Amino acid sequence: MTANGWFQILLVLAVILAVTKPLGIFITRVFNREKTSLDPVLRPIEKLVYRLTGVDERHDMRWTEYTVAMLFFGGVSMALLYLIQRTQQWLPFNPQKMVNVPPALAFNTAVSFTTNTNWQNYSGESAMSYFTQMAGLAYHNFTSAATGIALALVIIRGLARKETDKLGNFWVDMTRCMLWVLLPLCLVGSLMLVSQGVVQNLKPYTTVALAESQTVQVTGADGKTSAQVVHQQVIAQGPVASQEVIKELGTNGGGFFGANSAHPFENPTPFSNFFEMVLIFAISSGLTYTLGRMTGSPRHGWAVWAAMVVLFLMGVTTAYWSEAKGNPMLAGVDQRASALQPGGNMEGKEVRFGIANSALFATMTSDTSCGAVNSQHDSFTPLGGMVPMINIMLGEVVFGGVGSGLYGVVVFVILAVFIAGLMVGRTPEYLGKKIECYDVKMAMLSILIMTFVILGFSAVSVVQPFGTSSISNSGPHGLSQVLYAYTSMVGNNGSAFGGLNGNTTWYNTSGAVAMLLGRFFMHIPILAIAGNLAKKKIAPASAGTFPVTGALFTVLLVSTILIVSALTFFPALSLGPILEHLLMSAGKSF
Amino acid sequence: MDPVAQVRKQSLADTKILTRAVTDSFRKLAPRTMVKNPVMFVVEVGAVLTTVQLGWNAFHHAGQISFGLQITLWLWFTVLFANFAEAMAEGRGKAQADTLRKSRAETQAHLQTCDNTIENVPSSKLRSGDIVVVAAGDFMPGDGEVIEGVASVDESAITGESAPVIRESGGDRSAVTGGTRVLSDEIKVRITSNPGETFLDRMIKLVEGASRQKTPNEIALNILLAGLTIIFLLAVATLQPFAIYSGAPQSIFVLVSLLVCLIPTTIGGLLSAIGIAGMDRMIQRNVMAMSGRAVEASGDVDVLLLDKTGTITLGNRAATQFFPAPGVEEHHLADAAQLSSLADETPEGRSIVVLAKERYNLRGRDLSSYAASFVPFSAQTRMSGVDLDGREVRKGALEAITRLCENRGHGIPAELQVCVRDISNAGGTPLLVAENGRVLGAIALTDIVKGGMKERFDHLRAMGIRTMMITGDNPLTAAAIARQAGVDDFLAEAKPEDKMTLIKREQAKGKLVAMTGDGTNDAPALAQADVGVAMNTGTQAAKEAGNMVDLDSNPTKLIEIVEIGKQLLITRGALTTFSVANDVAKYFAIIPAMFAGAFPQLNVLNVMRLATPQSAILSAVIFNALIIVVLIPLALRGVRYRPVGAAALLRRNLLIYGLGGVIAPFMGIKLIDALLTYLRFV
Repeated sequence: MTANGWFQILLVLAVILAVTKPLGIFITRVFNREKTSLDPVLRPIEKLVYRLTGVDERHDMRWTEYTVAMLFFGGVSMALLYLIQRTQQWLPFNPQKMVNVPPALAFNTAVSFTTNTNWQNYSGESAMSYFTQMAGLAYHNFTSAATGIALALVIIRGLARKETDKLGNFWVDMTRCMLWVLLPLCLVGSLMLVSQGVVQNLKPYTTVALAESQTVQVTGADGKTSAQVVHQQVIAQGPVASQEVIKELGTNGGGFFGANSAHPFENPTPFSNFFEMVLIFAISSGLTYTLGRMTGSPRHGWAVWAAMVVLFLMGVTTAYWSEAKGNPMLAGVDQRASALQPGGNMEGKEVRFGIANSALFATMTSDTSCGAVNSQHDSFTPLGGMVPMINIMLGEVVFGGVGSGLYGVVVFVILAVFIAGLMVGRTPEYLGKKIECYDVKMAMLSILIMTFVILGFSAVSVVQPFGTSSISNSGPHGLSQVLYAYTSMVGNNGSAFGGLNGNTTWYNTSGAVAMLLGRFFMHIPILAIAGNLAKKKIAPASAGTFPVTGALFTVLLVSTILIVSALTFFPALSLGPILEHLLMSAGKSF
Repeated sequence: MDPVAQVRKQSLADTKILTRAVTDSFRKLAPRTMVKNPVMFVVEVGAVLTTVQLGWNAFHHAGQISFGLQITLWLWFTVLFANFAEAMAEGRGKAQADTLRKSRAETQAHLQTCDNTIENVPSSKLRSGDIVVVAAGDFMPGDGEVIEGVASVDESAITGESAPVIRESGGDRSAVTGGTRVLSDEIKVRITSNPGETFLDRMIKLVEGASRQKTPNEIALNILLAGLTIIFLLAVATLQPFAIYSGAPQSIFVLVSLLVCLIPTTIGGLLSAIGIAGMDRMIQRNVMAMSGRAVEASGDVDVLLLDKTGTITLGNRAATQFFPAPGVEEHHLADAAQLSSLADETPEGRSIVVLAKERYNLRGRDLSSYAASFVPFSAQTRMSGVDLDGREVRKGALEAITRLCENRGHGIPAELQVCVRDISNAGGTPLLVAENGRVLGAIALTDIVKGGMKERFDHLRAMGIRTMMITGDNPLTAAAIARQAGVDDFLAEAKPEDKMTLIKREQAKGKLVAMTGDGTNDAPALAQADVGVAMNTGTQAAKEAGNMVDLDSNPTKLIEIVEIGKQLLITRGALTTFSVANDVAKYFAIIPAMFAGAFPQLNVLNVMRLATPQSAILSAVIFNALIIVVLIPLALRGVRYRPVGAAALLRRNLLIYGLGGVIAPFMGIKLIDALLTYLRFV
């Protein structure tokens, strides 16, 4: 680890801290329908949208109606994306003449983008037309992010409102989120990325002559390998910048290209890398302030933010330390950082990002449900690779996906308050709301669903041939591949550990189910909690009230998140990355 | 000592209670009973599984007999220990119920029939509305209301208090309880309850725990525990496929051990004991909580409404000082004041006589030897006094005496008027004394605030509870007493219906309100309050409206009730936290033990350096079982409540039960492991 590396990590954190309050206030104003400086431009557009769609913006929904609207919207959008993929060869903007996507993959991709997972069993440059990328995938990057943010606002309203069953209007929340929050930030952000060299065009791919011819091994149809000399290279093009910015800002993570943010056209410079990382955390961080502001307890918002930062720092320290230390099996190889080399474990990392920015990106992309990658997590050291996995297993609550991180952390707050709240001698209260049977039931349900799907599917996959046949490495590393895949899909992260062949019937289907359960079966209990909380009275705070601010609460929240997740996944992890790390130290690799 | 009181003081280590608890813990093994406690039910199923596996292994000579046997035994012990905890908690209540049942023994009631004759019927035949005559020596045949006469009644069977109490028709002391005994005189009682629904019946059910229903918070906690159990069930069930993939499949003994160690057995085993013990603590303090919900709610109380008289101050006002008018001897004033009060039987009147005696050694004179004529207090004159030897002594309120004096052409000196105002401002009531139309001076009657109230209110404030005094006094007097007693707020010139308004207003703000009451006009407010404590001396209506009855009829008991409620919740939270925190150490004991055979490198995780895989697993299981027994006293006694404010309390309890819960099992398991190895059990 170097001082320069730590400086870069802390610089990102400092910028996140700086944007949290202004963004939080702005989001509050947008969703409270208060005046903002963008109103003169956007308000007429908003009104027009409602007139065209027949939405009554004054109509307030109950949680059930909100849920139905959300599910309906998700279902229709998903079907639309499936259709686009299945018909892309007849649709415009297809200079590379991409054929229709096969059904299983199209279904998996449609689910993946609707659920904000963006797990990709394909490479964009060889499977998707520009039309599919723009009208299908980028569209979902916006809507799935907006859905998440809207849901976070619903749970915040559940806490802030009292004795009502009205939680807001799904269509209005979506429209305002899109117009005020996502589009303006993306407009500015994409220009920023273009300035760094991210491409934005509709041209066919460019074929160029190689400066130096290469000899590659090619496996022929008869299974024999032969050497072949390559003189030319095809350079993929496309409307990348417009999609890149929402990929990070909306914590979607689905890359335009298969190499994702490691590709020089998605993430060309250290500055674009820095900018993308800030985008990943920005909204989720801002939402913690929105939580505090709307519930009238800004200090609570900051306490939650602090808990997230503690968990973030724990992850990034481990990952950076483990990657910078390098591979013990390469004894005799100079792995120290110096002016001439980044040192450490550089396998699967881009030279322009180095160890610190790769470890940081991996931590941030897994803390949030983003899943964009600028390095191969599969090539990380066992402990370094465990960090992204654990981050996702924590439930994507370290800032987390836009919106999903906030409502995820609220579930943990409810559990923490319920378990420890009793110790102050009152029945548990969260910001004046009594936490009762129903709330606990729903909170437990959402955690159970995640556990059930991750462990259940992984367990089946490691003992059945249709599961094991996709595993590319033997031993504990193979277990990690499967565990990571389901964790990533249920957590709606979408980053891949790599190494696992996910494009099979079993993984495409079980993965789609995992993503759907991980997203919508989480949403329903959360909306139910919001609906139930809104109905309650708010008990005024007194000296006897459980404090949800301050360092003590932060420690409590961090411990609850760690203990609940660790207890659930420790046995599986001990046979995966932990065992692999210990075996590697003993000189055995996989 | 009275038998009920005796049971109440009974130690938990009593052999009789212990024996019964041991038998009960076996009886509770019945699956039908166990299934009500999901966590312990899973342990029982696990124990059955290992028992079957053990039988199979023994039959097929498949090995692991000694290890399997020990694991199986300890799993059964785990279930038994949890049952024992519950049985212990129920023990005292059951013993008490037996004693109470004896008081319910069939008695003959003297029923008054329609034609006014008396007919002897068994008490169990009495219905609500019947009228019975109860004479000295008779047991009260049922709950009722005195409609005629006055009698002294021994209520020790219910309250444990042996001093007899007076019960009389009309007013707030008319309620009688079945099972009590009339000591003197004869009363006519209208029965108000049907057989099986009497106070005694309810009390028996209550102490026995027969009518015990899970409280809302307990249900929520049970859901959390069941949820955690399912999560761990998933973690353990899926571990086997992962283990098979890794080439290290596990035996049933090991998997069940891991599961039992992970699921929250400590709190699962003690949860119902904590609840029962909480109710029991109420009963020990002579409070009958009609529902566990009320006990729980008392921990949440935000506002306490306290009547001034009898709760904050001693029952009656007393004369504390004489203020002579200018030119009048204080001795003269005291003499006149005493004379005017000699025939005054009110407590205030008597206190004047006493004060004069104490200060000036003025003896109470027998006025029958003088030609004295008393002037009783009347609503018109608002004065009382005496005419004697040409002296016309009167005492009364400021306005009344002023009128009297002005009619005779005298005024009230300005100094005295100031003095009167000062008495009022200080929370006292001034009385003026005049002789022959000339004012002699003032007597200050003041409320005496009970000792120690200020400290108790400070405690309550630290707990975050606001105290509010209710009084019929004028705002000035009320403010002075409120200041003296240290209450946060007061409601002056309160009419009975104002209490109701006040409670509703506080509740609308989201607060929980507790109050005590005894009169019939308190009943609606008692019913509206979240915690309504009725005094046992109160009317039937009040007792039915409240959700608790204080048998000692001590209004300050409310403070203890709140503490018991808080203690109950804290104990639950502390043991839940402890139970969950324990799991960390158990993982470090069992996981390396499971896989160290196949992957010796995993022994790095064996931070406790436990001797062998088998001893590690066995130690974890034994610790898990024994910790239940170790914590039984804490569960029954309750975690001590300190009125220090939520943040400090949380920090303290998190440190003890959270951090302590992480550390304690590391030491415990290591210790057991060392012992097992030393004794060569493994």
